[in-house]
Amino acid sequence: MSMKASTRQVDGITIVDLSGRITLGEGSVVLRDTIKDLLGKGQKKILLNLGDVSYIDSSGIGELVSAFTSVRNQGGELKLLNLTKKVHDLLQITKLYTVFDVKDDEATAISAFAK
Amino acid sequence: MTAPQRVTYRMESTLESVNKAEEMADRIAAQAGMDEDTRSGVSMAVREAMINAVLHGNAYDTNKRVNLTLEHKGQELIVTITDEGTGFVPEEVPDPLAPENLLKGSGRGIFLMRAFMDEVRFRKMNPGTEIILIKRLQSSDLDRQEAST
Repeated sequence: MSMKASTRQVDGITIVDLSGRITLGEGSVVLRDTIKDLLGKGQKKILLNLGDVSYIDSSGIGELVSAFTSVRNQGGELKLLNLTKKVHDLLQITKLYTVFDVKDDEATAISAFAK
Repeated sequence: MTAPQRVTYRMESTLESVNKAEEMADRIAAQAGMDEDTRSGVSMAVREAMINAVLHGNAYDTNKRVNLTLEHKGQELIVTITDEGTGFVPEEVPDPLAPENLLKGSGRGIFLMRAFMDEVRFRKMNPGTEIILIKRLQSSDLDRQEAST
């Protein structure tokens, strides 16, 4: 299953709803292009909804980290929402869970962005 | 206990091969009676080893192949992946958990293989690298295997 990304705006925050697999190849490229596009448009408060992301490999993890650092380097914020158990466990063992700001609820996540 | 199973494939250096290997690993792990979490870890380790071979080893070279062997023998699942690249020294791969490497965009593949398998061995070939991944079956896996036969 290839990855799909769609964006929506809520209270000045860009929510990116991702679905499928973030893996080497298409999945990682979709995520990279989406973040690049948003930053190009000046949208620097980004919430990645991973609720429908079934699988991430090392390339996908790398892409999430790159997204995080790209957004932060431009003075923005990137948070993660709705991790599946598999993705949660993967971020735990790679010690990235505490690097990312991870939320379980969209409203809470949106209110956590700097005003 | 089911009879030993051993299959070998000679694969092209493509992403399709990576995906196929992952699927085959999941299938043989299921036949061995592994639960979903363990299977998921095994197939991820195989995916990472295949990425290593296809991308870092053979560099997508259409003239180079990857040999994949999946073997269920006794209480072990053994996966061997060999590329035809220039080789590398596993000990020189930086620790992805070190604070200075946490935010790097790559370098987690070998760590993930080791996280999900019981044993990961590297052997320098001429040319290339052989990666051997071993997962030992638990008694609950063997019970499931018995039940399915």
